[in-house]
Amino acid sequence: MVMDIAKQYIDLFDQARQLIDKPCPPLMNSQRQDAYARVLEKGLLPDNKEKYAHTDINGMFAPDYGLNLNRLPIPFDPYDVFRCDVPNLSTFLYFTINDQTYPNDHSSVRLPEGVYAGSLNQFISEKPEIASKYYNKQAQNHTDGPTALNTMFAQDGFVLYVPRSVRMEKPLQLINVLKSDVDFMVNRRILIIIEAFAEAKLLVCDHAMNGVNYLANQVIEVFVDEGAYFDYYEIEENNNSTHRISSYYLSQERNSNVQTSLITLMTGVSRNNAYVTFAGEGAETHLSGMTIQDGAQQVDNYTFIDHAVPNCMSKELFKFILNDQAQGSFAGRILVREGAQKTEAYQSNKNLCATDEARMFTRPELEIYADDVKCSHGATVGQLDDNALFYLRSRGISEKEARMLLMFAFTSDVIDQIRLEPLKERLKQLVEKRFRGELAKCRGCNDCH
Amino acid sequence: MLEIKNLHANINGKEILKGIDLVVRPGEVHAIMGPNGAGKSTLSSVLAGNPAFTVTEGEVNFYGKDLLTMLPEQRSWEGVFLGFQYPVEIPGVSMVNFMRAAINEHRKYKGESPLSASDFLRLMREKREVVELDNKLANRSVNEGFSGGEKKRNEIFQMAMLEPRLSILDETDSGLDIDALRIVSEGVNKLKSNDNATIVITHYQRLLDYIKPEFIHVLYKGRIVKSGGPELALELEEKGYDWIKKELGE
Repeated sequence: MVMDIAKQYIDLFDQARQLIDKPCPPLMNSQRQDAYARVLEKGLLPDNKEKYAHTDINGMFAPDYGLNLNRLPIPFDPYDVFRCDVPNLSTFLYFTINDQTYPNDHSSVRLPEGVYAGSLNQFISEKPEIASKYYNKQAQNHTDGPTALNTMFAQDGFVLYVPRSVRMEKPLQLINVLKSDVDFMVNRRILIIIEAFAEAKLLVCDHAMNGVNYLANQVIEVFVDEGAYFDYYEIEENNNSTHRISSYYLSQERNSNVQTSLITLMTGVSRNNAYVTFAGEGAETHLSGMTIQDGAQQVDNYTFIDHAVPNCMSKELFKFILNDQAQGSFAGRILVREGAQKTEAYQSNKNLCATDEARMFTRPELEIYADDVKCSHGATVGQLDDNALFYLRSRGISEKEARMLLMFAFTSDVIDQIRLEPLKERLKQLVEKRFRGELAKCRGCNDCH
Repeated sequence: MLEIKNLHANINGKEILKGIDLVVRPGEVHAIMGPNGAGKSTLSSVLAGNPAFTVTEGEVNFYGKDLLTMLPEQRSWEGVFLGFQYPVEIPGVSMVNFMRAAINEHRKYKGESPLSASDFLRLMREKREVVELDNKLANRSVNEGFSGGEKKRNEIFQMAMLEPRLSILDETDSGLDIDALRIVSEGVNKLKSNDNATIVITHYQRLLDYIKPEFIHVLYKGRIVKSGGPELALELEEKGYDWIKKELGE
């Protein structure tokens, strides 16, 4: 059964290999064979099946999705549809349509000297030495099935490259748009390289247009070199018929500092993997996430923080708000390797089941092989506080509004972690809209849900 | 304005109120006193509509309307206010958002449009002065990290904001030092008018030195066993509740 599901992709790869390779630089094509061998041998599930206990990976990949291996152009100008959707936030704005970076036609956009933002293919052609140092370097070390599948089929994607000591004051915004008239699969690839002592902030928004079924299987590789700062904010606002697997691989060198926020406001089924590896001492990572789910939506967040070297700090905070029959899952693994002394690793997962039918699975997993460390973890699953609810209602706040205020309050510490003030405000608005049952539309977009 | 007839209520099947009768008219201040466990807090919770309690018998009329069939928020719109014995901490909900939501729902009920941001902040400032509530507290999460005295002042502040017709203050004096007690009582007295009424629930006489009730009721084992004027409070202070128990033949 497992092989049957992988088989359609194996067969497709065998038949279409030339087509897949054609538009791509040799570097991308050279990575496909190993990934193919992995899927051929093991199917789509990882070695450790438990890792995907709450996401039906095979079910996600089973339907017959179209792929745009021929690179047919999609007649769509995102600048017509999307205005800057974060007021008071001035960004360098980029789009991908499915897996292709949309040509940035805004001549007014001048990136700082040496910074590259745009198509993956083009980046590999322009800077082959740099690209070959990073492309697939993290992803290939993991035995994750969907990641291998992405490497097999990836044909393009987006790159942000910030060279040594360049500080980008203005954040960069990437809007990923899924667009198709038929049920559709996208293998998007994102590569982010922040060189030593550089600084950048990236806001990524995922949207799905048209009401077809999507399978978005994306791989994001992030390399943050010595003393560099990087913020990665991801807001997922897809539709109910989107299935998404997003695998985020972050590697941090000495004294680097990264904030990652993974926020799911709307989806069908989402599986988010976040892998963080400390490759140099003195590095710090803040990894937070939040989901707001209702209906039959499912979100499964898996995190793995690898304290491979001493003196690093990781702080994790994940919150789920589950309404109706929604299902959430969080599994957080922290590995402190032998010799990784003075590690600090803190993990917190708090969840709110607002109905009796909502279900949450949570599993912290700490493996510690060093003796001089500070580690903690905590997980809670609870309902709204009846006393607080009555208190609010006794002041004339209707039950519906009171519940919303309390759910909103529950999200506040995740939002507070964001280091971009205008985004914080925008997110508060989006969260409030989301709770009011208005679909979390971005301003100026009438088409995306 | 308020007419309670033969009110019975229980929590988790245990009967706490066993037939309460009480009439309160506009302009009046009533004190309900009694030993611990008599049902004082239950009475206030039931009047405010706390869903943890079940009313099994009796009726409560508020300006001719049946209070018991109303949701807690409807009772608030009609002008009932409960000052909590233990005000609830709500991390993540700012006082400003909390009060704005409350005020605007009250206005909606009266058919008025929401207050503008500047009018709302002006109202907050004005009412804060009634209980000398620090502006810093007004910007924090509801009751989070407030001292005992600040929490009680915050209750009276909310009362000032909502201008209720009937205020039920449940052991507002518990946990207060003399200064806070004075500020809270002065706040209550400032808000008093001929059109509103107050029920003060307390264990001790001390609060009644500041808030002077015309009517004193003694609640014991779920019933009002004795009612009288201010002199009854003094008598209780002097003799303790054992005296009542003896009178009842216990």
